[in-house]
Amino acid sequence: MTMKLSARQHKQRLGFSLLTLMTFLTVIPIIGVVIYIVYLGFPAINLEFLTGFPREGMRDGGILPAIIGTFYLTLGTAIFAVPLGIGSAIYLSEYAPDNRATKLIRIAIINLAGIPSVVYGLFGLGLFVLFLGFGTSILAGSLTLSIMTLPVIISTAEEALRAVPQAFRTVSMSVGATKWQTIRKIILPQALPGILTGVILGLERAAGETAPILFTVAAFFLPSLPNSPLDATMALPYHLYVISTQVPGMPIKIQYGTALVLLVFVLSMNLIATTIRSRARAKRQW
Amino acid sequence: MNKISIRNLTLTYSDGVQPLRDISFDIPANQISVIFGPAGGGKSSLLRSLNRLNDLTDLTHQKGSILLDDQELLDPTLDVIQLRRRVGMVFARPVVLPLSIRKNLTYGLEVAGETNKDRLLEVVESSLKKAALWDEVKDRLDDPAIALSGGQQQRVCLARVLALEPEVVLLDEPTSGLDPISTGKVEESLQDLKKEYTIVLVPHSVQQAARTADQAIFLLQGEVIEVSSGDLMFTNPQEQRTQDYIQGRFG
Repeated sequence: MTMKLSARQHKQRLGFSLLTLMTFLTVIPIIGVVIYIVYLGFPAINLEFLTGFPREGMRDGGILPAIIGTFYLTLGTAIFAVPLGIGSAIYLSEYAPDNRATKLIRIAIINLAGIPSVVYGLFGLGLFVLFLGFGTSILAGSLTLSIMTLPVIISTAEEALRAVPQAFRTVSMSVGATKWQTIRKIILPQALPGILTGVILGLERAAGETAPILFTVAAFFLPSLPNSPLDATMALPYHLYVISTQVPGMPIKIQYGTALVLLVFVLSMNLIATTIRSRARAKRQW
Repeated sequence: MNKISIRNLTLTYSDGVQPLRDISFDIPANQISVIFGPAGGGKSSLLRSLNRLNDLTDLTHQKGSILLDDQELLDPTLDVIQLRRRVGMVFARPVVLPLSIRKNLTYGLEVAGETNKDRLLEVVESSLKKAALWDEVKDRLDDPAIALSGGQQQRVCLARVLALEPEVVLLDEPTSGLDPISTGKVEESLQDLKKEYTIVLVPHSVQQAARTADQAIFLLQGEVIEVSSGDLMFTNPQEQRTQDYIQGRFG
C-alpha cells in the first residue's frame, strides 16, 4: 500500500490555500488605505497645520477649528450617549422581563443600528435644529450623533454584562445582597472593560461620521473657535469633504493631511479600546 | 427542638414540572440533616426553598408551609434579604466572587451595612478558622480568591456563609468537586459547626450521607420516602426503595 496523499486530502489543501488567500486579500485594502494616506498626507503635517486656522481660502494654514470641533462633538456625544446607553444595557441585561415589550425594544435597537446615517442627519435637522430650536449647533450635532451611536453602545454593553457568569449573581444574592448591590459591586466592575470598549467603538464611529453633522452642526468655514454648545463648528470629516470637492485649486497634501489627522484620531481611539480589552482579558478571573 | 418544619410543601415551575410534591418533615436544631436520593429528586429545589433562592428562577407556585422558628418562610411579604442572612447556602461548585479572599468574607456583611473595621477583621479570622482555612491563607488575605485551589475555594465559600453568623447552613453537594483530603476537612468542620448551627446537607454520595447524618431524609422523585436517624437509615431502612437505593440497586 502506498502512502500518497489521497484526492480528498489534496482537495482539503486546495481549500485551505483558497481561504488563506481570501483572508490576505481583505487585509490588502486596509493596509493600502493607511499607507496611501500617510504617504500623501504626512508632508502636510507640521505645527501650523495642527494649531493654526485655515488661510488663503483654506488652501494654506491649519485645521485647528476642525480638530477642536470634532473633539467637542465626540465629547458631546459621550455626555449624552454613555449614561443613556449603559443605563439601557443594565436594564435590558439585568431587569427586563422576558416578554413582548422587551423583544420590541431589542428589535428597535437592532434596527436603529441599520438606519443610514444621512437619515439620522435629516431627523436631527428636523427635531433638534428646527423643532427644538437649537439651531445648527454643537448641541444639535451631539444629540444627533448620540442617537446614532446608542445602538452600538447598548448592544456591546449588554453583551459585556451578560458575559459575567450567572453564578456570581446567585452567590451575591445568597449572602443577602440586593439585586442593585450585586450589579454595582460585582457585575458592573467585571463588565466595565467590555462596556468601555463598546463606548469607544461607538464614539469612534460618531467622530468619523459626515452626514449627521452636515445637517445639524458643521460649518463650511468659521473664523473663530466655538464658544458655547449652541455655536456651530467646523469638523474634520465635513472639512475634508469641503476641501476635496468645493474649493478649486486645493493642494492635495492639505486634503490628505486632513484625512491623516482624522485617521489618527479614530485609529488611536480604536487602539485604546483594543488595549483595554486585551488587558482585561489577561486579568479576568473567569 | 425543631429549627425548621416543612408541611405539605409542593413546588410547581412555570412549565408544570413539580420538583417537590407534598413533602413534610422536620429539621432539628444543632444537628446535621442529610437529604439524599438519586439525581432529579428535588434535593436542590428543596434546599433553595429554605432560603427562597427559588425566587430567582421562574418558580411560579409554592404551596404548603415552611416554618423557621415559627416564622412562615413562604410569606410573600417576608424580607428575603434578612432570611438569606439567617439561612446561608454553600453551592456544589465553589464560586468565589471576583474579589480578594478578605473581601469574599466581608462582602455579605458590607452589603448589609457593616462598616466597623475591627469587627470585619475579627469576622474574617473567626470564619476562616471555623472553615479550617485560616492557617493556609492568613498571610495572603488580599490575594484574589480565585488563585486558591478548588478545595480552598470551597472552604472560602463555607467561611463566607459563616461570616454572616447564620442560624442554618445549607450545603448543596459541597464536596462534589473535591479530592478526598479536602472532603475530609469539610466533613470534619461540619461536625464542629453543628454545635453552633443547624446544618442541612445534600451529600454527593450515599457514603457521605452515612458518614455525616444525624438525621437522614430519603427523597425520591419529589417525594419523601423515609425519614429517620442516620444510624437507623443506613443500617436498617424501613422502606424497600430506600434499601434498594442504599445498596446501589438503582440511582
